[in-house]
Amino acid sequence: MSAVDQLQHDVLVIGGGGAGLRAAIAVAQEHPDLSIGIVSKVYPMRSHTVAAEGGMAAVIKDNDSAEDHIYDTISGSDWLADQDAVEMFVAEAPRELIQLEHWGCPWSREATGHVAVRPFGGMKLQRTWFATDKTGFHVLHSLFQTCLQFPSITRYDEWFATKLLVDDGRCQGCTAIELRTGQLRPIYAKAVIIATGGFGRIFPFTTNGAIKTGDGLAMAYRAGVALKDMEFVQYHPTGLPGTGILITEASRGEGGVLRNNKGERYLADYDLGEPLPLDDPRHPQLRTMELGPRDRLSQAFIKEQEKGNTYSGTYGDYVHLDIQHLGEHRIDTKLPFVRELARNYGGIDPVKESIPVRPVVHYMMGGIDTDIEAATSLPGLYAAGECACVSINGANRLGSNSLTELVVFGARAGRNAANFAHTSDPAAVDRLTSQVDGERDRIRRILEQPSGGDRVAELRREMTSTMEEGAGIYRTQEGIEQTYATLSDLRERFGGVDLDDRTNVYNTDLISALELDYMLDISLALAASARDRTESRGSHQRTDHPERDDDQFLKHSLAMRGDDGTPEVSFRDVVITKWPPGSRTYGSTDQAKAAKTES
Amino acid sequence: MSTAIETMVKFEVFRYQPDWDEPTYQVYDVPYREDWVVLDALNYIKDTIDGSLTYRWSCRMGVCGSCGAMVNGYPKLTCAAFLSEYLPGPIRVEPLVNFNVERDLVTDLEGFMEKLESVQPWIIREDGATDDLKSEYLQTPSQHAAYQQFSMCINCLLCYAACPVSSHSEEFIGPAALALAQRYNLDTRDEGVEQRRDVILKDEGIWECSFVGECSAVCPKHVDPAGAIQQAKMTGAIDYYRRLLMPWTVKS
Repeated sequence: MSAVDQLQHDVLVIGGGGAGLRAAIAVAQEHPDLSIGIVSKVYPMRSHTVAAEGGMAAVIKDNDSAEDHIYDTISGSDWLADQDAVEMFVAEAPRELIQLEHWGCPWSREATGHVAVRPFGGMKLQRTWFATDKTGFHVLHSLFQTCLQFPSITRYDEWFATKLLVDDGRCQGCTAIELRTGQLRPIYAKAVIIATGGFGRIFPFTTNGAIKTGDGLAMAYRAGVALKDMEFVQYHPTGLPGTGILITEASRGEGGVLRNNKGERYLADYDLGEPLPLDDPRHPQLRTMELGPRDRLSQAFIKEQEKGNTYSGTYGDYVHLDIQHLGEHRIDTKLPFVRELARNYGGIDPVKESIPVRPVVHYMMGGIDTDIEAATSLPGLYAAGECACVSINGANRLGSNSLTELVVFGARAGRNAANFAHTSDPAAVDRLTSQVDGERDRIRRILEQPSGGDRVAELRREMTSTMEEGAGIYRTQEGIEQTYATLSDLRERFGGVDLDDRTNVYNTDLISALELDYMLDISLALAASARDRTESRGSHQRTDHPERDDDQFLKHSLAMRGDDGTPEVSFRDVVITKWPPGSRTYGSTDQAKAAKTES
Repeated sequence: MSTAIETMVKFEVFRYQPDWDEPTYQVYDVPYREDWVVLDALNYIKDTIDGSLTYRWSCRMGVCGSCGAMVNGYPKLTCAAFLSEYLPGPIRVEPLVNFNVERDLVTDLEGFMEKLESVQPWIIREDGATDDLKSEYLQTPSQHAAYQQFSMCINCLLCYAACPVSSHSEEFIGPAALALAQRYNLDTRDEGVEQRRDVILKDEGIWECSFVGECSAVCPKHVDPAGAIQQAKMTGAIDYYRRLLMPWTVKS
């Protein structure tokens, strides 16, 4: 191929969701001389940022303070967040949200014309900006439409990135399959940003869309970058049984309550404070009951299930989320999507009935190990958004911090990658040829594999099933080891995977196989990290080690891919600045007490 | 699900690959579940019968806009088309009309992406370069309400499949892109009406649009692109006469 045909950029972004688009715009605005590529396996407006509902946290109101947002985030993380990162995140958040506002995001407003805020779980004050209950949709479309104005951005829509190109200790691009032709091509760059989102699809029951398969994590992992805190999986307490479709936490922020099969507001039994009557003007209380953090609410569901206090249905057990008392007008203005989803996919109208809900895999706290600058250990490689782990989320992310994370760290990744590209040489194309050829061979082998092996869907089903069994809300040594063994077996069997589709154009069977290959790698890393963290913290609950153990585990886990392809786990200290580990208390009185003793 | 003999539904799915002379319809038998949508049936076929069946999907909750197709001749999001509405079958699934087909149910979106970009769907401000980000632009709830409906488009393109003008004119910018232009034109934060005027009013398609309203009828998000186009035509016509009769009121 001649030099003219080469695909080459200064900065290459892999992933066209909220973080990737924000990163690309940061480069385009601040360095108009740099050429930018965005590789995305779907058209950017299909990215899963689109499905985020409730809102986006940033301190903007006079009654709020950065200190409060920092404390909520750190205590919500069960002290596993790096405090320097949280301080920076909270400081940069308001500016980034105003930036989105200036780019046209249709935030819901107060009568004065200022943006409105709503309560959210684990937050002591109302600080969640929202665009009804379609916040992610509006944020994604605003970013995508904004990015269209920059001539320096070239998009590779429906190109599936497969491998990072690394030479001389520096990331210099990736290979990607153009879906409409089936061609694998190298795209060279001076700096690369991974922004491929989460990987909820390693579990059977998830709010995540089909595309959330963690390709970017696996690519970084295979290039020698560690995956951090992989054992921390967020179950959102309110998903629709069957489909796993999310019913936003904003429904509780607006005053919705959870009840068991006896009609009781059962959260009162789980150290989350006292319930107030629904007509009490103080309801819903912040950091209390239904506005507790997600890990604690999902764990409470399992306990209720064990007590026989849940309903049972075709798709497993569930409890009731009741928003009827909000009334039709408020539901239609603040939670229109909840009503639409409950009607279409739950078969009930929440204006007249309670919504059946159960915990569902929603978000991954873990991801590609990055520092506060969004840089990885591999020079020239950056990561931002759900695929990355800085960490500001620690052992449990607070609702409405993740969309904010996309823009704060997306912008940082963009600026830092641009600066790196400015002072770097172009990719050493000649020296990367053998890597590109090797990748072409790897994919051809999968495509031309003789018949007789397992189908992609069967291996995927077994993988998701063993993840739920061994790495769900409550875990044991034995269960995790069994899951690890099953994954290792699936890893072997993947070598003989048998495709139905052997053609080139838009071969989604092949793409599913490649996604499965990546998911197996990161599932193994997750299982190994969960096995080695012998304590309970936030979303990682070990029934055989039920207490938090700060002496041994006030540390991030780091899973590196060993020479034989299996994960090796080590640990690194958490950064503590001003908030020494304390007890994590919720419920209005407890919280006031805790704030006093700790501050 | 408790029935002893499973009810099956027949699916006739459009199949096509670029090296084929012509498309075919392939028949699949899929078990009936009352809470299944057409997308569930496609996934059932792909996972258990035929992994080569090709279609787009992701969120399966009606917001990513990937999974549009013709279901029994009508443009639908397959994730929102319940099998129960099509009993006893057969259910015919075809790619969205008025687009070229890449393979099976996958259509070519490049033309739409160009149209989307052509209406400059971003906030245009004279003070853009000096933006200090200290505070938000104020916008009252009623100002927000003026454009809110047109901001709900998920780019699923069902409206292009339903549009009689798009069926004979590839150049027509089309319902979704025009609604988006109107979304920005009506936003109090935007100052780009002038910049967008030419591309909209020079499009012969909008004058051909006869307000049959098929685009609004099929829209799964109630965006009402037909209404947006009529608004654009109205302001376009007023603008034309204003330029003619009162040129001093028009910015050049």
